[in-house]
Amino acid sequence: MSALLARLAEYRGEILISILETGIMMANSLLAALLVGLPIGTLLYLARPGGPYPRPALHRALNLYVNVVRSVPFLLFVVALIPVTRALVGTSFGTTAASVPLAFVAAALYARFSEQTLLDVPEQTVELARSLGAGPLQLIGLFLYPEARSGLVLSLTTVTISMVSYSTIMGVVGGGGVGDFAIRYGYQTYEYDLMYTMILLMIVAVMLIQGAGTLTARLIDKRAR
Amino acid sequence: MIELSHVTKSFPQGRSAVTALDDLSLTIGDREMFGIVGESGSGKSTLLRLINHLEAPTSGTVRVGGEDLGALSPRELRVRRRGIGMVFQQFNLLGNATVHDNVARPLRLQRRREPDTVQQMLEFVKMAGHSRKHPSQLSGGEQQRVAIARALVTRPKILLCDEPTSALDSGTTDEVMAILRDVRDRFGTTIVLVSHELEVIKASCDRAAVLSGGRLAALTEVTPPPPRERFDSYAARAREFLA
Repeated sequence: MSALLARLAEYRGEILISILETGIMMANSLLAALLVGLPIGTLLYLARPGGPYPRPALHRALNLYVNVVRSVPFLLFVVALIPVTRALVGTSFGTTAASVPLAFVAAALYARFSEQTLLDVPEQTVELARSLGAGPLQLIGLFLYPEARSGLVLSLTTVTISMVSYSTIMGVVGGGGVGDFAIRYGYQTYEYDLMYTMILLMIVAVMLIQGAGTLTARLIDKRAR
Repeated sequence: MIELSHVTKSFPQGRSAVTALDDLSLTIGDREMFGIVGESGSGKSTLLRLINHLEAPTSGTVRVGGEDLGALSPRELRVRRRGIGMVFQQFNLLGNATVHDNVARPLRLQRRREPDTVQQMLEFVKMAGHSRKHPSQLSGGEQQRVAIARALVTRPKILLCDEPTSALDSGTTDEVMAILRDVRDRFGTTIVLVSHELEVIKASCDRAAVLSGGRLAALTEVTPPPPRERFDSYAARAREFLA
């Protein structure tokens, strides 16, 4: 035990940096989920055949994006995306570059989740908005999101947790992070206790994220008691 | 004034089409309380959606306040829709908004902030004491009263009610209908009331249209029923009715 503590103390600089790197990757991908994924999910909902504003071509295109991004195995996706990453951030190596494929996946995941959450909003809510003469932005901001908010929070929580897991393999493009640290300093140097400590750290992080998400969702859900 | 002239509405279904309304002509006067009755599938709700500009007729014209709706752009239709209040069978309240916010929502859509009007309307439907509650904390009758306040908050000239009492028990139905009669008397609102409950129409409406298979089967003046005893409780009413 004391040997482990000593090693943790020895590596504390690297550990802190790896946590920071994971934090950066998470922040970037969640930003992408909210700024890109949520609008795409909302468009998927609105533009679907039989939806409030049917636009079949737009719906097919967005659906294709989400399906393609979600179907490619993540490791392959990271490698395949290298040219795009280089074009976007100027490099294909490092934490910022690692954020790019994560951002694409986070956006696609949250697009699908938010679409599904919006599909659960009762049809009567849309009918009400239409009868009150609401425009598309009003429908979204004053009717759909307020009614779907707890589901949107829960699905963002799920995306966040998936991103914790996805971000662990970003070591392949020098993204660093907690997972990378566990592999390089723990697994590859046979210091398994270091590796298990990092796994424990991630389990605790996931539990905290899930707890916070569940609690928030419950507090803002006033629909039924 | 609401005028429908030779209105036909059909919906595509597969390769054929289903006719919901068939060559219907009807005039509803200002300040009238007008009932529309019929079995399910008779076209009642479609008629209401046409008046509310939510559907366009396949042929014929719908005029509201002298204006031909067929001549308006989608945007203009949306704006006109704000001048018509609507009350739904399932109340359609926003579960995550307080009573106050539900009633204020139509004003927000028009970028108006009139807390006094909201308060006034809540007092009118006797729900002022509940303004901070959420709909899930209210009974069905209370929810429908909030929905009526919401429909009235923009002071519409026309109020459309789609089976407003069908989800309520009979005592609550009387309460809600009394409020709707008050609405007409106090605000001079034209009320179009769709219901399959004949007693509800008989107790409140001046005239009624009977729809059958999308056609106007009858148009009749309504004779109000003899004044009925008011019961203080459901138990008292049930005893009287059953004995």
